[in-house]
Amino acid sequence: MSNSSNIKQVAPPAGYAGEGFFATKLSEVVGLARANSMWPLPFATSCCGIEYMATMAATYDIGRFGSERMSFSPRQADMLLVMGTIAKKMAPILRQVYEQMAEPRWVIAVGACASTGGIFDTYSVLQGIDKVIPVDVYVPGCPPRPEQILDGILELQNIVKNESVRRRSSDEYKDLLNSYNIK
Amino acid sequence: MSLTNELITQVLSKYHTPNVENFHVEHDMLAFEVKKDASFEVIKFLKEDAEMDFNFLTDVCGVHYPDYDKDRQFCVVYHLHNWLENVRIRIKVFLPADKPEIESVVSLYAGANWQERETYDFYGIVFKNHPQLKRILNMDEMESFPLRKEFPLEDQGRTDKDDRFFGRTGPNC
Repeated sequence: MSNSSNIKQVAPPAGYAGEGFFATKLSEVVGLARANSMWPLPFATSCCGIEYMATMAATYDIGRFGSERMSFSPRQADMLLVMGTIAKKMAPILRQVYEQMAEPRWVIAVGACASTGGIFDTYSVLQGIDKVIPVDVYVPGCPPRPEQILDGILELQNIVKNESVRRRSSDEYKDLLNSYNIK
Repeated sequence: MSLTNELITQVLSKYHTPNVENFHVEHDMLAFEVKKDASFEVIKFLKEDAEMDFNFLTDVCGVHYPDYDKDRQFCVVYHLHNWLENVRIRIKVFLPADKPEIESVVSLYAGANWQERETYDFYGIVFKNHPQLKRILNMDEMESFPLRKEFPLEDQGRTDKDDRFFGRTGPNC
């Protein structure tokens, strides 16, 4: 292990430390591990996708937050980032991508179009992806700057850290998926 | 002899009166109307006649004129191009509102296939004898023909759009 002072380590969760032991809750450890190693699945359909490419690249470097491994298969992804206008004809495809992701899974709607349909107040455009899949974090902007996308990812990390390990089997969560008719 | 607008007008008038009418030049291009039952026959003539030789179909599209008479509310517009003489013409066929049907030209120009499907998709104009007349751009479940004026532009299921921010309020609001 390097001793370089440039390496920033994540602070340990709250717990009891003694000589040779550290006790904390399992959910805190799981949350910590999940939040700092999220594998993003970029679903980019327009200009917000370009901003995301900048977010991935060296200047903004999403890798600083443990997400440098882009997953272009939904089966090995934790975090679905939907960036861009989703036409109604695209909606079933987006839904299928979401259904193929394994639990636990989170969704970020990046930009005005993914969040609400944006300027496209028209018959052919889905008025926000929350009409077909549940969304955890909305990032506003048209398009949002990379800083905003990073802010959205950090916001999601907060959610992930504080999520109960039992949430995915709770009735509330099942009701949420049922309301979207996702099995 | 070069293919002039006058020559095209003369030849068409000679062979296809009274199915062709209203010859005029619009945006530097000869345009005319064809009666709906004769559209296939006239386009076939324009393609196959040695003198006319319009070998290329540039575009097929639809127009909806809700304010016109009942029997000419829909229009199908064909753009033909003669590559050898580099001459273009525009053909308009008006269709009645209650039964917008026209003969498909896919058997003449294979390129018309998707263009006619698109016209059907957006205007509900039926192309008879089309090999596969179904929606092409919009989702299959859609019930409206969105570019007809009676259908609203906006998605009716929207919940968070304020018309004021889309310039859709009256002058006194």
